[in-house]
Amino acid sequence: MGIVETKDLRFEYIRRDEDGNVEGITKAIDGVSLSIKKGDFVAVLGGNGSGKSTFAKHINAILYPTEGRVTVDGKDTSAAENTWSIRQLAGMIFQNPDNQIIGNVVEEDVGFGPENIGIPTEDIWKRVKGALKTVKMERYSKHSPNRLSGGQKQRVAIAGVVAMQPKCIIMDEPTAMLDPSGRNDVINAASELNKNEKVTVILITHYMEEVIRANRVFVMNHGKLALEGTPREIFSDVDKLRELRLDVPQATLLAWYLKNAGIPIKNAILSKEELTEELKRIKAESFRLSNADSIISKYMKSAGNRESAVNKNEKPLLILDHVSYTYSKGTSDEIKALDDVSFTIRKGELIGIIGHTGSGKSTLVQHLNGLNKATSGTVYFDGKDVYDKDYDMRSLRFHVGLVFQYPEHQLFEETVFKDVCFGPKNMGMSEKDAELAAYTALRAVKLPEECYYASPFELSGGQKRRVAIAGVLAMKPDILVLDEPTAGLDPQGRDEILGLVRELHDEQGITVVLVSHSMEDVANYVNRIMVVDDGKIFMDGTPHEVFSHYEELENIGLAAPQVTYIMNDLKKEGFDLSTDVTTIDEAIPEILRSFK
Amino acid sequence: MLRDITIGQYYQADSNIHKLDPRTKLIGTLVFLISLFLFRNVTAFAIATVFLAVMIKISKVPFRFMMRGMKSIFVIMLITVIFNMFMTPGDALVKVWKFTITVQGAENAAYTAVRLIYLIIGASLMTLTTTPNQLTDGLESLMGPFKIFKLPVHEIAMMMSIALRFIPILLDETDKIMRAQAARGADFEHGNIIQRAKALVPILVPLFVSAFRRANDLAMAMEARCYRGGEGRTKMKPLKYSSGDRIAFLILVIYLAAVIAAGRFGFI
Repeated sequence: MGIVETKDLRFEYIRRDEDGNVEGITKAIDGVSLSIKKGDFVAVLGGNGSGKSTFAKHINAILYPTEGRVTVDGKDTSAAENTWSIRQLAGMIFQNPDNQIIGNVVEEDVGFGPENIGIPTEDIWKRVKGALKTVKMERYSKHSPNRLSGGQKQRVAIAGVVAMQPKCIIMDEPTAMLDPSGRNDVINAASELNKNEKVTVILITHYMEEVIRANRVFVMNHGKLALEGTPREIFSDVDKLRELRLDVPQATLLAWYLKNAGIPIKNAILSKEELTEELKRIKAESFRLSNADSIISKYMKSAGNRESAVNKNEKPLLILDHVSYTYSKGTSDEIKALDDVSFTIRKGELIGIIGHTGSGKSTLVQHLNGLNKATSGTVYFDGKDVYDKDYDMRSLRFHVGLVFQYPEHQLFEETVFKDVCFGPKNMGMSEKDAELAAYTALRAVKLPEECYYASPFELSGGQKRRVAIAGVLAMKPDILVLDEPTAGLDPQGRDEILGLVRELHDEQGITVVLVSHSMEDVANYVNRIMVVDDGKIFMDGTPHEVFSHYEELENIGLAAPQVTYIMNDLKKEGFDLSTDVTTIDEAIPEILRSFK
Repeated sequence: MLRDITIGQYYQADSNIHKLDPRTKLIGTLVFLISLFLFRNVTAFAIATVFLAVMIKISKVPFRFMMRGMKSIFVIMLITVIFNMFMTPGDALVKVWKFTITVQGAENAAYTAVRLIYLIIGASLMTLTTTPNQLTDGLESLMGPFKIFKLPVHEIAMMMSIALRFIPILLDETDKIMRAQAARGADFEHGNIIQRAKALVPILVPLFVSAFRRANDLAMAMEARCYRGGEGRTKMKPLKYSSGDRIAFLILVIYLAAVIAAGRFGFI
């Protein structure tokens, strides 16, 4: 018998109108039966709206089945007398790091659970110290959680659950709001917990790299269990995964393409090391691709022509000239966020700004539209000094449209349409012009027309983000700056937003600055990358130029896309190919060529 | 701008004041605040000044850090001082157009200003040296007797603790929303009162939505960690008076006696 068992689990959300009549029923979970073995590391995958979060809340007795049964360690979650013992047995970590920390000091937060279940004082301290050690946060025990990074906060939350000595930990997208290094720390903590303390871990996620560590994977879709198996079994069916709105690690995807092109690679490659090994083996068997040229030409298509699109003679739109910025100048928490930053943005560019949390990239983009004023240095827009006394700073905000991180949190109007009109009206457009601008912007972001007059709060996460982007787009900016536009979205939502950004650039000719911490996202879309580290521009060039210095990127905690590593590893193994590759599309013909 | 508010913040340091029982600090602060309003003469205030200065010194909280919080109450203070100066009847000191500053008014204003400043410093000294959790524990314990009147003492304490935890988060969020709306051309600085009030809607609506979302998340996280009210709960940091507290109470009694004596027999 498994530690968690569900039998024909169904759960319905019932929507009611104002008088309490049933308006509609949403089946969030529709007949799920599964069994999770004690000590397993289980991953539950699924796109947004697949029911995976609803499922997680059943294991912790926060939600109860509408039909069917859930048992945890043999206890039925529907029985009221089991609620508290189940919540202690099966701890839960939520997505938002801020909203689950109760204590004002780290150690007090970790002690919150043990206090609730009536553990004597001395034992609470032992548990708190032990739990903090498990997640490697003992140094921070006296700190305020507000001063920690997202990854550290999540580890505190894990410690808070560990201190209750559960048999099972459910993590509901614990890394969705974190940057890559924070994500790594959290997953490492979870996997050590599983290994050393034999705690069953149930990880709900849509990041594929995290799934590889699991020994069992469940894929959910529309409330049903769509796939079940080991990671290797799951990843062998790339077609099916794409259909389910999930993406696969670059190594797996590249292997799958190569196999389709005729190279006899074994099924379900999980890591870049495996792929290199496999290609080496095939090469050693002196395999040759028959009619290679026609296959290669088929894969040559659009690869590599993005960078030529930049015109270096185009006139400069925005110039940052030796800009430095210091927070809280003259106090004890003085922080130099930007340090002598200079660059030029030309019309028609599509630029990616990359850096990890705290590198200064968000501070930097707020200089582009004048929300932050440089402590020293100057910003020029269209040839004019924006810090000049006569310069209308507000007009700069209309020329340089800035879409903040999680922009949907700024929506406030009764209807989507009114909200998008907010910007144009602030510009002083007439009612009619504002409405026309809003309409054009909403069409540009491809929001379904039936949503225009709905409340923005009724839309899905991805739709809300489109509305927020439209709100800035409606001001018809010359430069559109997007700060982490894909944060918290599932793979399909991410691809849709990035695709939209590319379209706005390609078809409407808007100059775009895309801020991100994901190299893989950016490599596919931009024609210039600026790497920000410690308040300085660390690198500035085309994706090919930047990624060829992948070893230097690693030194500052960033990484090139997986394909770049694969190409370099293959080269070291004696393959005759160019390592100047940043996307899968470019990698395929390059690898195929070496099997001619 | 919003980051400068220090009221309610905790300053981590290893001092004898930090180590005191929160109940001692609560009672001490209350006594100090009352003492400010008991008397108005220079000697009594001199004693209060020395007392406060010594306490700040012992607490190891940098004086500059404490003064940062003063900026936020400066306007309130200014209004009070002006009202006191012009509205107190008495012997004229200076005449400005239709308004008269009286000797009594100036005196009143000076005392009020000093009282207000000391009041804020005294209160922030407590919050800076006491973690919000200790503070609520202290309040919960001191208000314990009111449970007889069905006052939900534990719940009130928990609400305060959570409010304190979320104040910096919501301030941060307000700052972000203001910037986001400013990026869409919102103008908070110009226009008459009605226009400015209207300009707040784009900030307040998202802020409320976010606060409710956070409240919902937090409630769920608390329940998931077996929170079910005050009953059957143990304490990680139970309150216990130590020898330091006894000394603190002794100093407090001496201070109070000195202020009362000064109030009676001091000059002016």
